[in-house]
Amino acid sequence: MEMFDLSLFWAVIIAFGIIMYVLMDGFDLGLGVLFPFAPDEEARDVMMNSVAPVWDGNETWLVLGGAGLIAAFPLVYTILLPALYIGVFLLLAGLIFRGVAFEFRFKSKRTRGWWNAAFAGGSFVAAFAQGCVVGAYIQGFETADRVYTGGAFDWLTPFSVLTGIGLVIGYSLLGATWLVLKSEGHVREWARALVPKLLLGVLVVFAIVSLWTPWIDRGVFDRWFDHLHVIWLLPFGALLCALGIFLANRHRREGLAFLLTLGMFIFTYLGLLVSRWPYVIPPDYTLWDAASAPESQFFLLVGVLFVVPIVLTYTAWSYWVFRGKVRVGEGYH
Amino acid sequence: MALDPILLSRLQFAFVVSFHTIFPVFTIGLASYVALLQGLFVATGNAVWDRLGLFWTKIFAVVFGMGVVSGIVMAFQFGTNWSNFSQFASNFIGPMLSYEVITAFFLEAGFLGVLLFGRHRVSPSVHFFAALMVAMGTFISAFWILATNSWMQTPQGYEIREGVVHVTSWLEAMFTPSFPYRFAHMALAAFLTGGFVVCGVSAWFLLRKRDVDAHKRALSMTMWLLLILTPLQAWVGDEHGLNTLEHQPMKIAAMEGNWDTQSNVPLLLFALPDRDLQANRMEIGIPNGASLILRHDANGVVPGLKDIPAAQQQPVWMVFFSFRVMVGLGLLMIAFAVAGLVLRRGGRLYTTRWFLHGLQGMSLAPFVAVLAGWFVTEIGRSPWLVYNVLSYADAVTPSLSGWMVLLTLIGYIAVYAVIFWAGVYYLFKVVRQGLDDLSEDEEMHDYDRPERPLSATRVPFDDSTAASRS
Repeated sequence: MEMFDLSLFWAVIIAFGIIMYVLMDGFDLGLGVLFPFAPDEEARDVMMNSVAPVWDGNETWLVLGGAGLIAAFPLVYTILLPALYIGVFLLLAGLIFRGVAFEFRFKSKRTRGWWNAAFAGGSFVAAFAQGCVVGAYIQGFETADRVYTGGAFDWLTPFSVLTGIGLVIGYSLLGATWLVLKSEGHVREWARALVPKLLLGVLVVFAIVSLWTPWIDRGVFDRWFDHLHVIWLLPFGALLCALGIFLANRHRREGLAFLLTLGMFIFTYLGLLVSRWPYVIPPDYTLWDAASAPESQFFLLVGVLFVVPIVLTYTAWSYWVFRGKVRVGEGYH
Repeated sequence: MALDPILLSRLQFAFVVSFHTIFPVFTIGLASYVALLQGLFVATGNAVWDRLGLFWTKIFAVVFGMGVVSGIVMAFQFGTNWSNFSQFASNFIGPMLSYEVITAFFLEAGFLGVLLFGRHRVSPSVHFFAALMVAMGTFISAFWILATNSWMQTPQGYEIREGVVHVTSWLEAMFTPSFPYRFAHMALAAFLTGGFVVCGVSAWFLLRKRDVDAHKRALSMTMWLLLILTPLQAWVGDEHGLNTLEHQPMKIAAMEGNWDTQSNVPLLLFALPDRDLQANRMEIGIPNGASLILRHDANGVVPGLKDIPAAQQQPVWMVFFSFRVMVGLGLLMIAFAVAGLVLRRGGRLYTTRWFLHGLQGMSLAPFVAVLAGWFVTEIGRSPWLVYNVLSYADAVTPSLSGWMVLLTLIGYIAVYAVIFWAGVYYLFKVVRQGLDDLSEDEEMHDYDRPERPLSATRVPFDDSTAASRS
């Protein structure tokens, strides 16, 4: 097994799982955040219908990522979860509430207002908590001897609140471009008018975070400013996507606008990975420090290589089956 | 009083896992029952089996959905509250828990969809096959979880290098001495749970004279099943106990409420074990009973709690009483199964009101018995998280303070209370709606789409939509 760097391979699998999760759960969380602002109840029906068939498949990536983490990089699991203790609780509570709301909103009339609130509130809390995790990750974690030694709220700083807000807006943008793609009539026009505003919000947060990040840590600063690197293409790509989203939305290129939003997320994500590579628990531990025993990594790899292609195929199939517009009054029942 | 993060973490895990266990223990049994019904439909072509199959599949879908939702939290608790344990044992438990997740996904991606939504899109045999695969999948899921738990009870197949577990033999680590007994005991418990719920619900319908023919069949076949399974469970439980005596004698000592290692130990029917006294108060027992059961000899020596320092002893009364609750309910289950056999003469099985009312109540019994059984085995191994290897104190997350655990414990209780209320309330609505006529089966008009388990059930959540099922 020495001939093959399993840890690196696992890092790629988990990084892939995380971005799959961010992209896919991102737009349905974003719809939840936009939910209270929808023009009417009809629009809410369309919003929920547009993701109803796929949202729980989207969340499988989170569980797969979490499970993969304890098996392949237990140190990440055992430092991040204690460090983010309160945040993890909020994230889980948010996800549970919105999951249950998904099921029961369609089955209720009298109690529908409660399920609406649970869906919107759960989505917002989950999105914000995930954004805070990103911020906390960039800041790094206080550890000693492979154990987290910081406090309960180290993850909640002005910087992580900013990344939290940033991700909430970012997910909303994903949700809006998704909704433009999946709806028609007044729902689509409403979502379309939101896109430039949300895009502006994302860019403002993006700018502040980009300027702020290098000053948080010497290593990140050096990586970006040592010499002009090929990595500068990443933020450049993200900005190019932003411009593209604006133009595509204006010219009603619905599919393109959504894809470019995905692109913007991917570039930003890669930029984040590059800033800290190969540290998986900044500032002290690399992915090789955090890895489990090779035989354990190998034992699980067999199963994952078997199942991930099936999950991917299944996912692609469900998106294919539900392609096209969701009409008002058309049902997920 | 200072908040103790260790005790609170144990409470939190106990709460979440107990709450979660209710659902899988039911779905495991129910999945097999659904497969049986669909198999009977294929074999006989009698549509009544298909109608029953549809009814129980809808209930299965709701319970499965609740199990998934309540289970997500646990995947994170190993890290949030027991990070030192995760760090210590991740080389083994990491892949094991991940395989459970993978199994569940594989199931959900494939056969579950066919079972829930394919009734009219695939042939009855293919549908039966999907039901069979789902039933098998629930057992495979249980396998990973119980193998992990058994390793923590009777660890083997590993060595510790630099303070971390390294697996030396996956086979030995997965199949530890307590595993076969635990798995058999739990599998039977799942069947009993499914069985008694089916009997309780069938009794409910028979008392109201709804779909009498179908529910008679369901009750009859399930009562035959219980007649075999309830005594079998008692025997397996006894074997499990003998295995525990060999590997975890102090757990047996607590279960029997026995303080001194000695011969001629009585079987205590009641007592108040007192750790401060290091003795029992108000003992009522059968002379030599425990010795006879555990050693098959009245003079057999049974281990006593005083073999270990008082500080290391479990909260004895919890183990002691949980064990009696479990065994008591088990005996009650056997009694009902036998009563059912007696009442078959003259067809009184379907008309005897006290019996049918009793069966309704008995549908709760297996859930309580399962929880009590887990309390016995989990509290009974304290203070060890990994038996004789890692204590709770060494396993807990070091950065945790008591208020953090208390806060999230209250939070989880609040979240689960809402879900539990909504889920159980909805489940009762589904049951009350009863069997569908296959001719007006709504699935016929469905779009060709994959959906989640809960959406297989289209009963409205609140009453105002009852008239216009959307």
